[in-house]
Parts: sequence; structure tokens; C-alpha cells
Amino acid sequence: MRAVEEVVQETPTVRTLAFTDAAMHAALPGQFAMVWAPGAGELPMSVMVHRGEGKAAFTVRRHGPASSGLFGTAVGGLIGVRGPYGNSFDVRRGRLLLVGGGTGMVPLMRLLSRAGGDDDVTVLIGARTAGEVFFEEAAGRPPGGSGSRAVEVSTEDGSRGRKGLVTAAAEEALGAGRFDAVYTCGPELMMLGVVRAATARGVFVQASLERVMKCGVGMCGSCCAGADIVCRDGTVFDGDHLLANPDFGRSYRNKAGAPEAYGDARGAPAPGAGIGSR
Amino acid sequence: MAPSLSTEVCPSLTIGAPTMLASGILGISADVFARVAEAGAGAVVTKSVSREPRDGYQNPTVTGVRGGGWLNAVGLSNPGAGSMAGMLAAAAGGRRGAPVIVSLVGSAGPEFEQMAGLFEEECGGAVAAYELNLSCPHVARVGLEVGDDPALVREVVRATKGATGAPVIAKVGLGSARYMDTVEAALAAGADAITAINTVRAMSIDVAAMRPVLSNGIGGLSGPPIRPIAVRCVYEIALQHGAPVIGCGGVSCWEDAVEFMLAGASAVQVGSAVAGAGWVGVFSEINAGVRRYMEDNGFSGVREVVGLAVQRR
Ligand SMILES: Cc1cc2nc3c(=O)[nH]c(=O)nc-3n(C[C@H](O)[C@H](O)[C@H](O)COP(=O)(O)OP(=O)(O)OC[C@H]3O[C@@H](n4cnc5c(N)ncnc54)[C@H](O)[C@@H]3O)c2cc1C
Ligand SMILES: Cc1cc2nc3c(=O)[nH]c(=O)nc-3n(C[C@H](O)[C@H](O)[C@H](O)COP(=O)(O)O)c2cc1C
Ligand code: FES
Repeated sequence: MRAVEEVVQETPTVRTLAFTDAAMHAALPGQFAMVWAPGAGELPMSVMVHRGEGKAAFTVRRHGPASSGLFGTAVGGLIGVRGPYGNSFDVRRGRLLLVGGGTGMVPLMRLLSRAGGDDDVTVLIGARTAGEVFFEEAAGRPPGGSGSRAVEVSTEDGSRGRKGLVTAAAEEALGAGRFDAVYTCGPELMMLGVVRAATARGVFVQASLERVMKCGVGMCGSCCAGADIVCRDGTVFDGDHLLANPDFGRSYRNKAGAPEAYGDARGAPAPGAGIGSR
Repeated sequence: MAPSLSTEVCPSLTIGAPTMLASGILGISADVFARVAEAGAGAVVTKSVSREPRDGYQNPTVTGVRGGGWLNAVGLSNPGAGSMAGMLAAAAGGRRGAPVIVSLVGSAGPEFEQMAGLFEEECGGAVAAYELNLSCPHVARVGLEVGDDPALVREVVRATKGATGAPVIAKVGLGSARYMDTVEAALAAGADAITAINTVRAMSIDVAAMRPVLSNGIGGLSGPPIRPIAVRCVYEIALQHGAPVIGCGGVSCWEDAVEFMLAGASAVQVGSAVAGAGWVGVFSEINAGVRRYMEDNGFSGVREVVGLAVQRR
């Protein structure tokens, strides 16, 4: 068990909990942990970057029982952490485009921390409304070298940044400039849009998938998507691989393991699974 | 000639390699089954399906055990027999790979009869055998609670046999009754083979949180710690009944597989070991080791190894 050492309120419903754990501190961008809030439940969580020596964090949105339990863990409270699990983003050099929706920003922040000081990175953040935007400032912090960091926010209600879906902003960015790589994490239909847009222009793209996870180690099978076992083959996949996966952007396995179709293009929480809620 | 890996599990079921994917492991997707078959498994057993879908328990449902092995109480989450049958039917057309064994779980004869009937109707040709889960240790009214009642065991085996011509395998575990009574009841009712064993009822408590780790409190222990128990059960079944047995429990390398064969198993199932570094590569690793062992010892096939230790002491 790890003691929570610091709690940062990112938005009314999102908190970052920091703790000390050498293995989590060293996690690669895109890796996740299985995080246990005793009495509330255990969930897969991307490992959030923390600059403190030997420290890492989780950034959690309060939603159902398990995430609310984790969200409600105060400084000094104990959480169980196993992992890190899964593969990681292939962090390229040059001009990078990061497209995140909701807590899908978490693995992208770790990726950003591994980007080179001389790389030019554009970060597109999507949210429903102004009050749900977080990591905007951290993502825009200038890098050490000659590179640049640009952040653009899209909100569905137009209360901050541009009005509309972040996929529209991604389309536009890809149309306007040349990128060496695109990375995305968030609701699956958002990622589908981003992967298609990048692939259509021949740009290398990777996305990190979310599924129901029980073991995290490739044993239980609950996280399958097509022939892929997301916790072990992924969670990060190349765009062309995803476009060949019959489940990507179409269906996920619910808690019983039965296939269910994704809902509307806005990535509304799918019934009873928490999938797409980030 | 190189020794053959193919093995006769029971008279009407012969498979190409003696390693099977155990039930509940990567067990809900036909695409994944095809991949596991390509990785070398001689057969795959599905997640145990019930008549209705089950969500199972909340996480934590799986946890590693300090000192080795795994503990799980997933609560038999499964998409239901109808969904599984539909998926197998859809996959049957372009089928690659190994035979699929469907695992069934329920409380009484009519449920098993109905489910087996449903599979026979929807995708009968794609089901190589049925395995009856008489041994899940962490869900009320099914699994071990059925296995602990010999009359009920006879009822569910007969009901399943009545609904299909495919072999019916009874998977037994260590409950509160004598497991050999379950074995005897199943064989008397016509079971074609026995799988031994399932996970063993167990629990872990976190010392810092001062509470059980699994949300269900009690779960089932799997992996290397249960292997000697499983080997003993396979040995006893082979010794007392000479019936076809599939060994299951803690198999993670070829020596483990051979140990089960010497104890009387004509095949083994591999579960927790897929969590290891080699992942699904564990099947071909075990197969290669078994083949080498047969070569080194002058055996031409699996049948010559099965039960060798039963006659020796
Ligand atoms: C690889 C990965 C990384 C993630 N990273 C983050 C992150 O950094 N921040 C964040 O806020 N969220 C993240 N999520 C989503 C998170 O795991 C939950 O799905 C989400 O918090 C909703 O949980 P909830 O308790 O609100 O449950 P609900 O959506 O209300 O569902 C009810 C219950 O179902 C169970 N459940 C829900 N989702 C899952 C799941 N994916 N696997 C197993 N059981 C589940 C829990 O017991 C939960 O309490 C990630 C998911 C994955 C797969
Ligand atoms: C996560 C998990 C889920 C399981 N689900 C089932 C199941 O649905 N039906 C069943 O008969 N056995 C189930 N089992 C038991 C395995 O099939 C096997 O009997 C047991 O794990 C021992 O083998 P092992 O040591 O190789 O894992 C499950 C085991 C695990 C670890
Ligand atoms: S979460 Fe169990 S196999 Fe991926």
C-alpha cells in the first residue's frame, strides 16, 4: 500500500493524488496501474507524471463507486498499487501532435515529459465545458531546449477555447501543418476520428485503448478487443493496427464480457462499464 | 521418427498437442481462441458460461500472492450461453486452430440440458466437447456447491449427456465433500473424462488495509502452489478408476506437464502461467519440452507416458 502525500484539485470532479513509488515513477508513457481504494474498488489508472524524486501520481475523475472512492482518498490515506502494466508510446522526435479528451490527458502528460526539449509539440485538449479543462497550463510549459509547446482547448459548449469537438481541431491541425507523429487518448470515438485523420495523411499515429480490466496481466481476458488483449498487447496500438481491428471504435466487452456497441460520437459513458467515461 | 504430441483425451476426443487453455483464462473471444491455438494450444476451453449473463464481482477480483500463485474471485462473469454460442457460430465459418471445449456452469440438470442443447443447435459442429464446472469455489449454488452433492452431479452429467453426442468432461475441485465422490458420481453418470482440479478456496488479507484483498473476501488459489495437490488428485483418480483425466493446476513448464502425464493425465490445462513472461508462448514452450522428453526417453507418443508413475512406487 502507498500513502497519498499530496492532493491537487484539478477541476471540481478531477483530482491528482501523488505518492512515492520507484516503479511507478519510472513507468513509461502510456503504462497503467491497477489502483485499489480499499472498500471502494480497484480500477485501471494511467500513471501520471510527478517531478518529485521517486514520485508518481494518479489523476482521477469522480464518477462511479470505485473512482469516487479513489477521488475521496485524503492525504495520508492508503491506496494499493500494482503494475506498471502494458506497453508504452513510441515517442518520436520532431513535430508532435497530442490529442487528449478528459482523463485521456493523463498518459499524454507523461509522454510530454519524455518529449525532447527541441521538439515542437502541439497539445489539443477536449472537454465538455470550461470547468472540466485541466492540465492546460502544465502542458504549455516551455521545454528546456529550442522546441515549442502550443496548447489549444476545445469545448463542446464553446465556454472556453474553440467550440466543438477536439477531433475537428485535430483535423484542422493535420491539414495545416506537417507532423512527425500523432498520439491520442480519450473516448474511443474521438480516437477513431484522430486515427483516421492522421492515417489519411500518412502520419504515424498511436492511440491508447480503454477496456474493462480485472487482472492487468493478460490472464482473465476481460480487456479483449478483436484478437488483442489490451492490457498486454497494448494499451498503446499503432493506427493501422487499430483500423484493422474489428472492435476499434465499434464495440467493447461489458462487465459480463458481452460485446456492446459504442454510443454516440461524443463518447458518452457506455452503460454500466465506465468505458469511454474518461 | 520424432515423437507425436497428439493425444487421445478420451475415445472420442483426440487433440494435436497435450496442452489446453484452461477455462476462464483469456476465455471470451473467438479471435483470441484462434490466437491461443496458433500459439500451440491443443484445445481451448471457454470461460464457464451460465444460462444468463453475469457481471461477476467488482474489482479487486484478481491478485498475486506473496510467495507465489494467484488468487481470484471474478464471480463467474460471463456473457451467457446465448452470446457465447452466437460468437462460436459466427467464428465457425473461417475456423482456424484448435478444438473448442465449452465450459458450462449452473445449478441443476435442466439448465445444463438447455445450454448444451442451445450450443448443439447454434454451433454443434464447432464444439469438440463440454466441460462441466462442478468446482468454482467462490459463487453460491453453482460450481463446488454442485460438485459437493453427488446426486446433483449425476443429474447434471446425465442431463448434459442427453443433450449432446459430444464428450462430456467433469471438472472437479476440492470442496467440503470427498472429491472422489464427485468423480465417482460423474463417471457413473457417463462422464467421458475428468478435469482435476479447479482453484482451491483461499484468501489474502492486506496487512496495511487490515481487510481481505478480494472484494468477495474468499477466492480460489491457482498457480504453482496448488500443483502438488492437483498431481495427487490426478494420481488417485488414475489409480482408482483408470478413467481419462486432464490435469490442471500450476502447470507452467514442460516438467510440470510431464509430471501430470506420469500421474495419469492424457493432457494438461494451463491457466495462471499465461501471466508469466512468456505469455501465450508458454504453450509452444511446454509442447517443445514434452517432445524433447519423449525423444530423450525413447517414447513415440504421449500415450506411452500417461500413467507410468501410477504403477510405480
Ligand atoms: C488503461 C486505463 C487507464 C485509465 N486511466 C484513467 C485515469 O488516468 N483517470 C481516470 O479517471 N480514469 C481512468 N481510466 C478509467 C477508469 O478505470 C474507470 O473506468 C473510470 O474511472 C470509471 O470508474 P467508476 O468507478 O467511476 O465506475 P463506473 O463507470 O460507474 O462503473 C461502475 C464500477 O465498474 C467497475 N469498473 C469501471 N470501469 C472499469 C474498468 N475499466 N475496469 C474494471 N472495472 C471497472 C468499477 O468497480 C466501478 O466502480 C482508465 C481506464 C483504463 C482501462
Ligand atoms: C481469473 C481466473 C478465472 C477462472 N475462471 C474459471 C471458470 O470460469 N471456470 C472454470 O472451470 N475454471 C476457472 N478458473 C480455474 C482455472 O481454469 C484452473 O482450473 C485453475 O486456475 C488452476 O490452474 P492454473 O494453476 O494453471 O491456473 C479460473 C482461474 C482464474 C485464475
Ligand atoms: S485485464 Fe485481464 S487479460 Fe487484460
